[in-house]
Amino acid sequence: MTVLEYHDAASGPVAADAPRTFLPQQDRDPAPAEQARIRPGASANAKLAVAGAAAAGLSMGLLLTAGIGLIPPGWTLIVSYLWFVLIYSTLVFMREQFSAVRDRFVTVLMVSAGVTVLGTLALVIGFVFTRGQEPLAYWNFFSQDMTGVGPLSGLDQGGILHALVGTLQQIGIALAITLPLGLTTAIYLNEVGGRFAKVVRTVVEAMTALPSVVAGLFIYASVVMVITHQTNGFAAALAITVLMLPIMIRSADVVLRLVPGNLREAGLALGAGQWAVVWHVVLPTVRSGLATAVILATAHGIGETAPVLLTSGFTGVMNFNPFYGPQTPLPLAALELVRSPVPQMVARGFATAAFLLFVVLVLFILARWVGGQEAGKATDAQLRRMAARSRRDLPRIEKNYHDFNYQQEKE
Amino acid sequence: MSTITPETLIPERPEAEADLAKPRTLRNSYTGRDHAFRAITFTGGIIVLVVMLLVGAFLASNGVQAINEVGLWKFLTTANWAPESNDFGIAAVLLGTVQIAAVALLVAMPLALGTSLFITEVAGGWLKKVLTSMVDLLAAVPSVVFGLWGAYMLQPNIVDFSKWISVWFGWIPLFQVDGVDPASPLRDTVPFTASTFIAGLVVAMMIVPIQTSIMTESFRRAPVGEREGAFALGATRWGMIRTVVLPFGKGGIIGGTMLGLGRALGETIAIYLIISPVFEIKFHILEKGANSIAAMIALKYSESNEFAMSALMAAGFSLFLMTMVVNFTASAIIAKSRSGADSEG
Repeated sequence: MTVLEYHDAASGPVAADAPRTFLPQQDRDPAPAEQARIRPGASANAKLAVAGAAAAGLSMGLLLTAGIGLIPPGWTLIVSYLWFVLIYSTLVFMREQFSAVRDRFVTVLMVSAGVTVLGTLALVIGFVFTRGQEPLAYWNFFSQDMTGVGPLSGLDQGGILHALVGTLQQIGIALAITLPLGLTTAIYLNEVGGRFAKVVRTVVEAMTALPSVVAGLFIYASVVMVITHQTNGFAAALAITVLMLPIMIRSADVVLRLVPGNLREAGLALGAGQWAVVWHVVLPTVRSGLATAVILATAHGIGETAPVLLTSGFTGVMNFNPFYGPQTPLPLAALELVRSPVPQMVARGFATAAFLLFVVLVLFILARWVGGQEAGKATDAQLRRMAARSRRDLPRIEKNYHDFNYQQEKE
Repeated sequence: MSTITPETLIPERPEAEADLAKPRTLRNSYTGRDHAFRAITFTGGIIVLVVMLLVGAFLASNGVQAINEVGLWKFLTTANWAPESNDFGIAAVLLGTVQIAAVALLVAMPLALGTSLFITEVAGGWLKKVLTSMVDLLAAVPSVVFGLWGAYMLQPNIVDFSKWISVWFGWIPLFQVDGVDPASPLRDTVPFTASTFIAGLVVAMMIVPIQTSIMTESFRRAPVGEREGAFALGATRWGMIRTVVLPFGKGGIIGGTMLGLGRALGETIAIYLIISPVFEIKFHILEKGANSIAAMIALKYSESNEFAMSALMAAGFSLFLMTMVVNFTASAIIAKSRSGADSEG
């Protein structure tokens, strides 16, 4: 429907004699715009009460800590905050009923909770980037490994290229396994279904509870100790796979569930087979949702530290072969560098963590950008492409129609 | 009222042969491609099932073998961890795990509840979107980053607070810290580092996002009609939240909190970076020295021979059982609270 309704200004008028689909138009005036209700915002009085209480609270805090030194200065913010809540509640109490006082008090608490959570996020990101900024300024941090870097080497030597290669190879192997297997299973759960699918879904659900370090322990005991007898990149990739697979299946399953049943039924009613419906209707509908699920699972997999701690082994040397010898990924490099007693190594560790955080941030923004739309809703560009595709399809349909008529006439 | 009771009238004669009618048998007609599609996806499902069951069975069989060496009761009640002398149990680490998770829940739950109410009820327009994105972003931050923040930034700043609690509330056994003289003028904070409390705080920040997003989702489902009804009856915003949003979101609150608990139980690296491990049963959460099952596995795996490995797997398997029970309960509660809220369009 969407395709036919959409008129593209750029494509120009359709030839007058071309066969067209006519849609029934309801001859009705558009509904008159509803007058917006007046929604009074906070009164000047209410706003000033907040500002005044904040100023008073801060003054009391500064007075009690820095002013007369009753409380250590580290407590300034907390003391100020408590005074703010007290003064603000009193101010409201002077003018309003008790129920309003309670309402404002709870609102202050809710806003505080939100600010605390956001503040923590800012602190975490800010802290890691500040502590790691020095090594990040050197280009060699991204272009060298740690070969020959001693405790006293300056920051202009050594880098984390080996860890970047390790992360890329390991997440690549993990994706090569989880992507086809995970998506196939998610499609099986949703499109084929049945009693066996329920069993699979329950087991997958149970495995999402598997603690990450236990997944690492499993691979360490079953692969590293029995088969390879040494830690290597492939074992780390397997540990990440064991963790990522249930997460990928579950998020893809959730996304696939969003496909409206009537889309599927429309496809089947037009005579398409099950595979055709999945390939031409279901998957295109949730393409962006699936991409988001995959990207977020990748970000999750890259950040996993506990399983690779047990399986990948630690080395500062570049290792391109995931099947032989230790191969350190980024999170483990950060962990090991930070535990060193040398300040420069610790700085490198923080820089590695900052870089890891940056990669995750980029993936997160990418996921937002790809998945910023609902299932079944198309952007303008997609609608234009769909319209163009259906216009290109028209000659074929017309030809079929003519051929059919010709056949009929001949008979 | 009249005495006539309404009656259901049944037609005397049924339609011809209506009673004999049987539902049509529906038959699927699959093409070759459809059969191939079904076979391939079915194979995918089987592979996943086998892999997952293999992981579970491997952990279980190794774990049970180790537990059988000492007996289940001793395994559950021994605090020490020395598999080489056949003297090991999860009493201390299990208690430590539960304590860290409890601290995390106590801190995270009010924060998550406040934040999700802030997102759904107070913030509007762009702020709502930005806040939701930020909470999701917080969920994506790798645990090693949280661990570094906790060990190098939070810990040096929070020890004074720990000390303050222990000075004023030390008479409660939970907050007692041994070996500290409160009258001493020196700033001695070492006994307050690497404690259950600090590990719990970091884990709290890690589970806030998952709790917040579940709660936000359930609060959004509170019906508009009831909200407007409460306002029309003169309720303040908090009155509306208390009588409409919270009762409707109860399932989401409980489920989200439990899902966070599951995460907290399994968290490894942040705890591993902060605590200094001890193998004793202790209840002093502010005191240096703590432990958890996950952190113990990360610490002990490298020095383990084959039997010690089985012992670790027994500990890991018991942790897995715990998180699994918690997660299943949580998702059952969430699913129940959701049922009927949606209908397919």
